[in-house]
Amino acid sequence: MTTQKNIPPHPMDSLLRTERFPHIWCPGCGIGTIFGAVLAAIKNTGWDPNQIAMVSGIGCTGRMAGYIKLDSFHTTHGRAIPFATGLKLARPDTKVIVVSGDGDLFAIGGNHFIHAARRNMDITVICVNNLNYGMTGGQQAPSTPLGAKTTTTVNGSPEEPFNFCYLASACGATYVARWTAMQVRSLRSSITEAMQKRGFTFVEVITPCPSSFGRRNRMGSALEMLKFYHGRSVIRGDIDPKDASMDIDKEIVVGKFVDIERPTFMDHYENANRHQMPNWRMHPDNQKAR
Amino acid sequence: MFAKAVLTGTHFINGDQACCEGALAAGCRFFAGYPITPATEIAESISRRLPELGGIYIQMEDEIASMAAILGASWGGVKSMTSTSGPGFSLMMENIGLGICTETPCVICNVQRGGPSTGLPTLVGQGDMMQARWGSHGHYEIIALSPASPQEMFDFTIRAFNLSEQFRIPVIILADEVVGHMNERVIIPSEEEIEIIDRRKPTVSREDYLPYKADADGIAPMANCGDGYRIHVTGLTHDERGYPSMDAKGQENMVKRLVGKIRNNREKIISTKNLFLDDAEVIVVAYGISARSAMQAVRDARKKGTKAGLIKLETIWPFPEELIRSIAPQARALIMPEINGGQMVLELERAACGSCPVSLVSNYGGAIIHPDLIHAAIDKAAKGKA
Amino acid sequence: MQKKKQYSDNQSADADKRRGRQGQVIVIEDRCKGCGFCIANCPRQVLSFSSVFNAKGYHLPKAVDAAKCVNCHFCEILCPDFAIYSVALSDIND
Repeated sequence: MTTQKNIPPHPMDSLLRTERFPHIWCPGCGIGTIFGAVLAAIKNTGWDPNQIAMVSGIGCTGRMAGYIKLDSFHTTHGRAIPFATGLKLARPDTKVIVVSGDGDLFAIGGNHFIHAARRNMDITVICVNNLNYGMTGGQQAPSTPLGAKTTTTVNGSPEEPFNFCYLASACGATYVARWTAMQVRSLRSSITEAMQKRGFTFVEVITPCPSSFGRRNRMGSALEMLKFYHGRSVIRGDIDPKDASMDIDKEIVVGKFVDIERPTFMDHYENANRHQMPNWRMHPDNQKAR
Repeated sequence: MFAKAVLTGTHFINGDQACCEGALAAGCRFFAGYPITPATEIAESISRRLPELGGIYIQMEDEIASMAAILGASWGGVKSMTSTSGPGFSLMMENIGLGICTETPCVICNVQRGGPSTGLPTLVGQGDMMQARWGSHGHYEIIALSPASPQEMFDFTIRAFNLSEQFRIPVIILADEVVGHMNERVIIPSEEEIEIIDRRKPTVSREDYLPYKADADGIAPMANCGDGYRIHVTGLTHDERGYPSMDAKGQENMVKRLVGKIRNNREKIISTKNLFLDDAEVIVVAYGISARSAMQAVRDARKKGTKAGLIKLETIWPFPEELIRSIAPQARALIMPEINGGQMVLELERAACGSCPVSLVSNYGGAIIHPDLIHAAIDKAAKGKA
Repeated sequence: MQKKKQYSDNQSADADKRRGRQGQVIVIEDRCKGCGFCIANCPRQVLSFSSVFNAKGYHLPKAVDAAKCVNCHFCEILCPDFAIYSVALSDIND
């Protein structure tokens, strides 16, 4: 019988606050899978982990910041993006990743999302879309499909949801992609690309919420939901985000939709102020503080 | 080659501009704000000055975003500030709470105007005093300063930054429209004369560092993002590691420390300017622009032979309870002028504990309180008819 | 003339050139929540629910057909709980 060396720990353990495991997410919730994809992307970039920060909002996805072993900030509901804006401008060399849920980013946080995208703040935003507000028990969200049952729409939601990728693209995001939680390899690649790209980059991930959304809409087990979303998905990269529909009754269009170049907020700021401050980055205060 | 942060010399500027210069002198290099009368000039002045100092001005989409952005910048290691007035102050409340709970140094200048609601955008008010203390939900302590002149706008803004760094807490400057918009002489000293306090940094390694383990004075050394400490910062009730600790015991530990951090250090924070207090029988306790009126009234009363005195509140919060408690028994009356329906007067009454009558001279906003009104109240009190 | 090979349903054309077992699956018991993602999606059907359950009452996966593991890491990257991963046999065996 061959002798075995010490079994190595889980490859992601070096980036996890393992003393807090097992984590709080429900069995079969896809957030953990997406978390793994974010960690893999971080490793793929080869960046110094001390120069990476994660900012999250409130909700199930928001808890991710509490489990990552990097500088992480669990802020107020909807306000991860403006917090990340301040952080990024104070430390331009730090890579700032915002991870939050659909409600946090697009309902209460909607205004901040559109402006950060417009300004082309150099941050990456990962939206975990589980079609409802999970943490509070499964209420309607701007992502909830028309007719879907939630605790606040017991007779079916009377609202049509957003197409987040279309919104992100319209606001000026330089990278826009969507995947389901099952498509982990594509997801890892997309998140890596989004992180490495300059400007406001956005990746949306459709994930099962078996405890709330799934149960109320009789979608079966978490595994069945995962397969259902995957089954409904159709890969169409490079199409107009307007046509990248997100409709669980018809088709979930996934792929990379936008990958463009645009000057960032800081590019414009330095350019606008170049007469007053030709060497903005060379200012002594910038050397010591940033 | 580079512009100067400290414009040493004598200036004739308004309070808002003085606040901007004070911030820059204190080391502020990030401002995120939103225009609102009568604080807009702070944003305008600082938007012109920051680029030449290697700083960044960003106009956010609303006041909620502004407050969030200054917290983020502070965690990035840069001293940051925002300015606003009543309606914006209300919007900022949730994130001020986040700043308090996460112990984030930053400064918020509220140039008060008539309220409630949209109120009187261009006219004076002092109606946000209690809001500064209790505006965010939950129980906490706050530091708030009340400048009464453009000179004090300069000086107190520096003090606000120093206090925020020392005590790791958002500090509120409660100015008012008159102080903000009046032009007066402001003397800016040389850079060497200005004391700057920076946040305490950790001295231990990453493995030994606990982000919320306080030193003996209740203040925890603060590692910034990117310093290599891999901190976790959350608005949830948290333990010394910064991890959520959500039960009654965790709540007790955290909130007690946050409250104690300010209360136990209040002698270092509280600041008043006292005038003619030694033999005063009627004492006026005033702040902000009302203190200017009060000062005139007290001098006028003294000229007429009345033994009037003044306590000018420089820090509004924490309130100088001990001073009032010690002085009230010897006074015939305490009088507070304020441009609201009576807010700080409630604190005055509480601190006086019934040892002498307390009366209010006020209007609801829109105009300053004429010194003659305060003088009349002093006379009335001196005659025992407070 | 080459004799035509007979293939069973699960056998591929290069079955005789197959390298054999590549990886070992490791389960971190305390983290698993029994969601079944790994079991259902392993491309080699290596895993199945075991009769063992952890302290929280979740049934853990077990490598019932360990010889088929090709160290593809799919269980590892799909698992939402960081509870399962595969390592190359060559890395842990002497």
